[in-house]
Amino acid sequence: MTSLHTCPVGTKCRILSIDGEQSCVRRVMELGLVPGVVCTVERRAPFGGPIEISTGMTRLGVRLGSELRIMIAGAE
Amino acid sequence: MSAPLRVAVVGTPNVGKSTLFNELTGLQQKVGNFPGVTVEPLIGRITEGGETVELIDLPGIYGFSPTSEDEKLTVDVLRGHHGSIPAPDAVLLVMNAASPDKCLVLFSQLASTGLPVVVASTMVDTVKAGGGTFDDIGLGHRLAVPVVPVVGRKGIGVGDLRDTLMQHAWTIPEATLDASASIEDRFAWAHEVSSEVLLAPRRDKRTERLDAVLLHPVWGTLTFLIVMGLFFQSIFTWAQPLMDLIDSGVGMLQSAAKDRIDQPLLQSFVTNGIIGGVGSVIVFLPQILLLNLLVTFLEECGYLARAAFLVDRAMGLFGLQGRSFIPLLGSFACAIPGIMSARIIPSYRDRMATIMATPLMTCSARLPVYLLLISAIIPATSVMGVVSLQALVMAGLYGAGALSGLLIALVLKRTLFRGGVVPFLIEFPPYRLPSAKSIGVTMVNRSMDFLKTAGTVILAFSVALWILTELPRADVPEGTTEIEASRLQIEQSYAADLGRTLQPVFAPLGFDWRLTLGVLSSYAARETFVSAMGQIYAADVHETDAPLRKVLSQRYSISVGLSLLAFYVFALQCISTMAIMKRETGSWKWPALAFVITFVLAYGSAWIVGILSS
Repeated sequence: MTSLHTCPVGTKCRILSIDGEQSCVRRVMELGLVPGVVCTVERRAPFGGPIEISTGMTRLGVRLGSELRIMIAGAE
Repeated sequence: MSAPLRVAVVGTPNVGKSTLFNELTGLQQKVGNFPGVTVEPLIGRITEGGETVELIDLPGIYGFSPTSEDEKLTVDVLRGHHGSIPAPDAVLLVMNAASPDKCLVLFSQLASTGLPVVVASTMVDTVKAGGGTFDDIGLGHRLAVPVVPVVGRKGIGVGDLRDTLMQHAWTIPEATLDASASIEDRFAWAHEVSSEVLLAPRRDKRTERLDAVLLHPVWGTLTFLIVMGLFFQSIFTWAQPLMDLIDSGVGMLQSAAKDRIDQPLLQSFVTNGIIGGVGSVIVFLPQILLLNLLVTFLEECGYLARAAFLVDRAMGLFGLQGRSFIPLLGSFACAIPGIMSARIIPSYRDRMATIMATPLMTCSARLPVYLLLISAIIPATSVMGVVSLQALVMAGLYGAGALSGLLIALVLKRTLFRGGVVPFLIEFPPYRLPSAKSIGVTMVNRSMDFLKTAGTVILAFSVALWILTELPRADVPEGTTEIEASRLQIEQSYAADLGRTLQPVFAPLGFDWRLTLGVLSSYAARETFVSAMGQIYAADVHETDAPLRKVLSQRYSISVGLSLLAFYVFALQCISTMAIMKRETGSWKWPALAFVITFVLAYGSAWIVGILSS
């Protein structure tokens, strides 16, 4: 189990769990990133900014950190 | 005639809800006036054959667990819990046909409110273009509510949707899932439904190719800088010809009124009080129209989400988010359109902190004051033989303003606007050409809104300022020149009395009553300082004109000049900004707080600069 935060660009993986601040977790799930979904790390913003994740037709910019952690199963 | 059916327009953010709302209702919109609501939802009407349907455009939501004030408003209204906005009779759910899962999850939650629903599925053209198919009839059967496919930005299907809304074809969907179902269960259901009705389109190749450049760490950042540079340049320079046109139009009206009115007091009231006051309101329109055009365009074409993504890290240093960048940048031209554009920030706290920072950005109205004072007081020498000292001071003033504004935002985010972490989460919509109609409707509505709400306040203050400077009438002996008469008038006005009375307050900064009067008159608009000083010293009022500069440099020391500059960097001397702040935050509390913070900063820094430099 690894954190999505540390994955290199291009990683395709299955979400195992999402934790952190309750409001953040709920919002990420409402956007379609629920456990079990396969997502891809598309790119990173410069200077340690947010990362871009895609799942299906949805593409999201997300700032991961202490208030929001996404754990994934090993890269597929 | 019975009361119109009230329909709430609901959807997830970025589904094209505003575009569809604009296409449906056009200019039949007004800002809802509900007490205690910070962002008033727009209300539009559709009237056909004597029947009226009233649409209320609620902020976008993902579900019934709001994370921001705006989302809470939508949820409260839908549940019928809102204090001043009555519950709607029905819901128009806007759904993205290309990616319906999130919208279906929202539908499953809407179903538990017991409100009748009509679904408008947007972006059916995107599905088709990507080689997919969307079965709207199948979805209608599955959900047991009318489903109308539309292409909002092209106006396709909008007529059908209007008919559906007018025909009372409303049905209440059955609650498909238990009210306590988890988000995972809802997504499982949504996925099941969408796989029955949607053959997913390929990912948009054009969007992917564009993003490979526009989100690239190097090329993307470079493009961002160029786009923002052009954005800034255009509000600064493109609006200028129109503003000049308005100025000369106002001037022509004033001289026409002067010729027709003989009574001196009435003449002055009509020309300076009324026509001048109205002019000071409409002179903002070019910048407001232009900024709204640019921001709506950037938002609707999909670039704004990318720009926010790129700049989020930098803005995060000051507790703000990527989208705060646009209002702050716009405020370098003028804080009024800047504050109006803060509506693109979905989170209430981030929006408020951004609005509070905007008056510190060096707007173009400070420029004439800076130019006059710097040229009059800072010696035209160079530092280390290359950089002009005057240019260096100018850059320092811009830097000090921007930095202090960002720091105020940071402090406010840590104190007044803290709590409930709103994560930076932004959806990247596919790039698309925006609808000209939707942009036009937004521009016109925002401008009308400005004229109605902020304009009246600005006009009232202009009239009050006229009373202060033009009354009581001074006795002007026969044969005095016009410039001398105007000096006599201001020296004997209420404003001069006020300047003399308040002078002790500014005495520690080294300001005499004349400078105090100049500073006070700047509260109408900063650039008034230049004309007020010109009037007081009976010099030509143009800021580049030598006589006024000469008088000032003889009269005031470098130290007083620097104090004055420091004061102007921070002080919120703009009634119009305060009026629009009240408009956008819903209360006079916020402009009052901004006024106090900036006054303390201005006074304190002017005092310190005065001590250090003398």
